[in-house]
Amino acid sequence: MSAETLQVLADVGKGKSTRSVLRVIILALIAGASIASRLFSVIRFESIIHEFDPWFNFRATKYLVANGFYNFWDWFDDRTWHPLGRVTGGTLYPGLMVTSGAIWHALRALTIPVDIRNVCVLLAPAFSGLTAIAAYLLTNEMTTYNSAGLLAALFMGIAPGYISRSVAGSYDNEAIAIFLLVFTFYLWIKALKQGSMLWGAFCALFYGYMVASWGGYAFITCLLPLHAFVLILMGRYSTRLYVSYTTWYALGTLASMQIPFVGFLPVKTSEHMPALGIFGFLQLLAFLDYVRSAVPSRQFQTFLWLFAGGIFVLSLAVLVIATSAGVIAPWSGRFYSLWDTGYAKIHIPIIASVSEHQPTAWPAFFFDLNLLIFVFPVGVYLCFQELADEHVFIIVYAVFGSYFAGVMVRLMLTLTPVVCVAGAIAISTILNNYLIAKTPTEEDQQAAEAAEKKGSKSGLKSATKPVVGIYGLWSKSLMVAAMAVYLLIFVMHCTWVTSNAYSSPSVVLASRMPDGSQHIIDDYREAYQWLRQNTKEDAKIMSWWDYGYQIGGMADRPTLVDNNTWNNTHIATVGKAMSSREEVSYPIMRQHEVDYVLVVFGGLLGYSGDDINKFLWMVRIAEGIWPDEVSERAFFTPRGEYRVDGEATETMKNSLMYKMSYYNFNNLFPPGQAVDRMRQARLPEVGPTLSTLEEAFTSENWIIRIYKVKDLDNVGRDHISATAFEKGLKKKKAAKKRGPRVLRVD
Amino acid sequence: MAPKRNNANRGVSPNPKTATTTSAAVPLPPNPNPSAPIPGSRPSSAHSTVSTHPKTSASAPVSQTWDKVISNLTSHYQKSSPQRTKLLDAFMAFLVVVGVLQFVYCVLAGNYPFNAFLSGFSATVGQFVLTASLRIQTTEANKKDFPAVSPERAFADYVVCSLILHFFCVNFIN
Repeated sequence: MSAETLQVLADVGKGKSTRSVLRVIILALIAGASIASRLFSVIRFESIIHEFDPWFNFRATKYLVANGFYNFWDWFDDRTWHPLGRVTGGTLYPGLMVTSGAIWHALRALTIPVDIRNVCVLLAPAFSGLTAIAAYLLTNEMTTYNSAGLLAALFMGIAPGYISRSVAGSYDNEAIAIFLLVFTFYLWIKALKQGSMLWGAFCALFYGYMVASWGGYAFITCLLPLHAFVLILMGRYSTRLYVSYTTWYALGTLASMQIPFVGFLPVKTSEHMPALGIFGFLQLLAFLDYVRSAVPSRQFQTFLWLFAGGIFVLSLAVLVIATSAGVIAPWSGRFYSLWDTGYAKIHIPIIASVSEHQPTAWPAFFFDLNLLIFVFPVGVYLCFQELADEHVFIIVYAVFGSYFAGVMVRLMLTLTPVVCVAGAIAISTILNNYLIAKTPTEEDQQAAEAAEKKGSKSGLKSATKPVVGIYGLWSKSLMVAAMAVYLLIFVMHCTWVTSNAYSSPSVVLASRMPDGSQHIIDDYREAYQWLRQNTKEDAKIMSWWDYGYQIGGMADRPTLVDNNTWNNTHIATVGKAMSSREEVSYPIMRQHEVDYVLVVFGGLLGYSGDDINKFLWMVRIAEGIWPDEVSERAFFTPRGEYRVDGEATETMKNSLMYKMSYYNFNNLFPPGQAVDRMRQARLPEVGPTLSTLEEAFTSENWIIRIYKVKDLDNVGRDHISATAFEKGLKKKKAAKKRGPRVLRVD
Repeated sequence: MAPKRNNANRGVSPNPKTATTTSAAVPLPPNPNPSAPIPGSRPSSAHSTVSTHPKTSASAPVSQTWDKVISNLTSHYQKSSPQRTKLLDAFMAFLVVVGVLQFVYCVLAGNYPFNAFLSGFSATVGQFVLTASLRIQTTEANKKDFPAVSPERAFADYVVCSLILHFFCVNFIN
């Protein structure tokens, strides 16, 4: 009976059509699983946009939906970067917003009334399902094993390295960009294999979509030429390469130039020059190839040397001259920091200050990829064994992806697809070898030996393939069981990482009560709601740039600086205002028409991402512009410590940031016992005084504190003497203390 | 490609005329280039090289092999290319001429409407490349490289790609 059912089951899997049906079902399930595992954040918290950048994307999407495409394209935003404003339509990658706008309109047309917020929240999970399918297609181009594609889809669907950027609510460019990346690579491989113009054109179109979506498109721009170059160096130039590459480049470059933010960059910057260079080089090769087919080889050689050498020297000279003459812009700072990890720290603090631009710590690889990081080299090795054009691609991608992932944390994202593909190839090869129930028989072996004898005369020993098989049932079952256990552990690890590390919106914080129940800390939204309801429509909020997008998105108030860090000087101005004495800061704030100042303070709750911890970056960035007025050294004690307690330096204690953070803080505690829980520091008994600002709002857990900038004094005193007068101090004493004169701003 | 190389030629072209009188070996290679990428226009320019070089060149063997290469190429081309391919080649030659004209204009008169220049120039380059691809795919000798692409399919691809190309160009031209 049981044998019969087994037989029936085995037969079901044998038919070709049943197999493809099964494959479709499995793929659909994988897509479903990858969507489901990204919904932790919605279930635990709510349908909310996460973090910082997504808030801008969300705001832009709302603008797009409300005002239509043309207004969005020409959008000048006067509510950010006050008083400069931002040409938003020309300085963003519109792919994400346009995609969700289109989905929203499509759903409306189908009479499904859905909130644009929900479209935005669920866009990343939906696209992750597509990414899994794209990974399946890409892997299927690599091997003949169908299981490899399915495994790759599964890995891609649940690998934490990708989930980290695509949980529900993480409405960022990467949400759709990784799908586009993988799919563009698939189309490229397809175009290269068939040598087809049409596939090349598809590749270019998706490349254009990718350019419209994410700045990381430069990765494709560099990887495809590199692949072509490696193929040429290996002597694998083919007409198929010519057709696919030139079609991709000619159409793709034009497509990328349609995006206003990219504009003329593809013909002007060095990042894009390799692609152009390979394009030109391929033309030469195609011509040489034609000549070779036409003339005898002897003549061809003289022709080749003179011709190729001359052209190469000429084009190199043109490139060097053009770069030095400034026709082609040199490499940008972010690019330099890819080669020299210390570069950004020295030259561009604003790039170094972003945590995701830091070099990767090695446990991160295991954390984000788990089992795959071990089988990844195996997969690359297997690619070496076959080494067709598409395997070269995987190898090149693997090498460069690993390097970049090691340099910058966030480029782990670009490594993940190739790790999934290579890992799937490795695991499916193992499983395919061990899962075959049939043991090789004597006859097979004899036939193989005979074949080997025949072949040994002509071929190399390694070129002949002896029949290798696994004989023992034990070894088979052991190996398969071990792989199954590894894969199960992988799934458990992924789920655990997703639920614990990557599903927090960071706008809403969760903590545990002593009895184990969940407690939601909602200070951010509390404070932004307060701003929205209690301040004027055009009240300018000054805060560090991290919170600019959130203030714009949640509080809908103009900000001075935000996460689109396009103007370093403006950010440094805010940094200077935060890190200077009140007498210096007040004129700056008046000049920028600041109405409220917002700081994030974690001292009461022990919240690590607060402004005091980021303070040194503000100092550094300000110091970069005003080295005479702000000095990082002055914020450290003589022993080189960064302290906030009684032994903090005078500069630190007098800085606006310090004062705003700890103002009135000691009133919460019994006298002399105020403790900053984040930094475990006992604060001085007398708290700081503020004379140019007044406290306007402090959230429940003191995470966000908002101060109102005082207007000029009614009777013309400066603020310090006014405060002193109100406290009942003698005027003489206050006058003595007076610092530099306060500028009057009319 | 063609414009780029022509760019290089344009930069060099004053040199060969002056330099051929002094030494033949070095400046010679660039000289046949203008004819090189354009099989259609080759006969005429090949004639000119054949007629001018022996007079000026001092070192005989190099120029002789060159003459041989050129003559071999032309004869091979005329023998083995079907009429349709020659038509394509003529079109490509036309595109190269247009591309060179645009580039010369850009250098002489400035690139002020840079959008317009870029889209016009990329239209010629892109069309050239697509035509070259079509030529490669329809050549009998390359048939084994493209098992999936029949000549009809190649032409359909060509039309689709050209449509996409010109859509982008028109969109970009401002």
